Amino acid sequence: MKPSLEWQIATVKAIKPENARVKTFTLALPHWSEHRPGQHYDVRLVAPDGYQAQRSYSIASEPERSGEIDLTVELLEDGEVSSYMHEVLTVGDQIEVRGPIGGYFVWEATMGGPLLLVAGGSGVAPLMSMLRHRAAAGSRIPARLLYSSRTPGHVIYADELERLQNAGDGLEIFHTFTRQAPEGWAGYARRIDNQMLSEVSAPLGKLALTYVCGPTLLVEAVANELVQIGMAPNLIRTERFGPTGDIV
Amino acid sequence: METIQTDLNRALMLDGNAAAGILAEIFSVEMTTSLAECAHCGCQGEMGTLLAFTQAPGLVLRCRDCENIVMRIAQAPGVTYLDMQGMAFLRMERALV
Repeated sequence: MKPSLEWQIATVKAIKPENARVKTFTLALPHWSEHRPGQHYDVRLVAPDGYQAQRSYSIASEPERSGEIDLTVELLEDGEVSSYMHEVLTVGDQIEVRGPIGGYFVWEATMGGPLLLVAGGSGVAPLMSMLRHRAAAGSRIPARLLYSSRTPGHVIYADELERLQNAGDGLEIFHTFTRQAPEGWAGYARRIDNQMLSEVSAPLGKLALTYVCGPTLLVEAVANELVQIGMAPNLIRTERFGPTGDIV
Repeated sequence: METIQTDLNRALMLDGNAAAGILAEIFSVEMTTSLAECAHCGCQGEMGTLLAFTQAPGLVLRCRDCENIVMRIAQAPGVTYLDMQGMAFLRMERALV
């Protein structure tokens, strides 16, 4: 057990736009410590007059990458911290963070599986840390990701997800599009519902370790539906992101 | 009994995970996997399963089952206020010295 959590000054190493409203910030940390996939960092902004704003952002990178972390941040209307990060922060700037934090919404390869991941929008970030870790650890634990986005243009990490799936190590990815699907799309094109969850989860059985992350209302709905279709309630872990502009 | 009243509050609701930073700051250990018992309905669960409301001046954690308040935290410069009337007990890891 580490001593209490200390704030540290991170340096922005890279900024990558993921879609129109989401960017990934790579932060170099002077006091990096290995995180557990699913954990988050707190980000704190302090104005010259002492006013503070603080938010939590999930770590998207795998713990095998040392010295730095990726935070994938969605720009929110009236989001004090996200708008600063999106509109002001540039490579080389410094920002105050503390972490890694949390122990409840965590999956490591040593916990076993099978693994069922359900994401809405930028809620895919902590699940990406789990999938990157799974690949880096050489795990072949059966895993399925059901990922709800408004349109194909809203999908975060699209190319990397495809590469991870094509590695053929037991990961399968299912997209659903709630507003507009690609031309000729044969997959899901509606909000996540009981039938979709049943179909995606069936090969994993009722005892899959299940992680649901996204906007609060999506997480609420999915968590209830998972219980309705008979998934073990004590194996379902949720991470609510709060309201976002979109119901994905 | 106080309950969660509006859809707006429901949409703003987070999990106990969202309080992980402030709880670690207060208790010096990771708290989201700590077991707590609700003083209102007697159910037990990890603190990560609590419902968290962070949009108020303080932070409010409610029971996932009965939705009553189990913990309230408010911070002002230099001090923390902690109200745990709604919690029957809390089990936490001991920080290694």
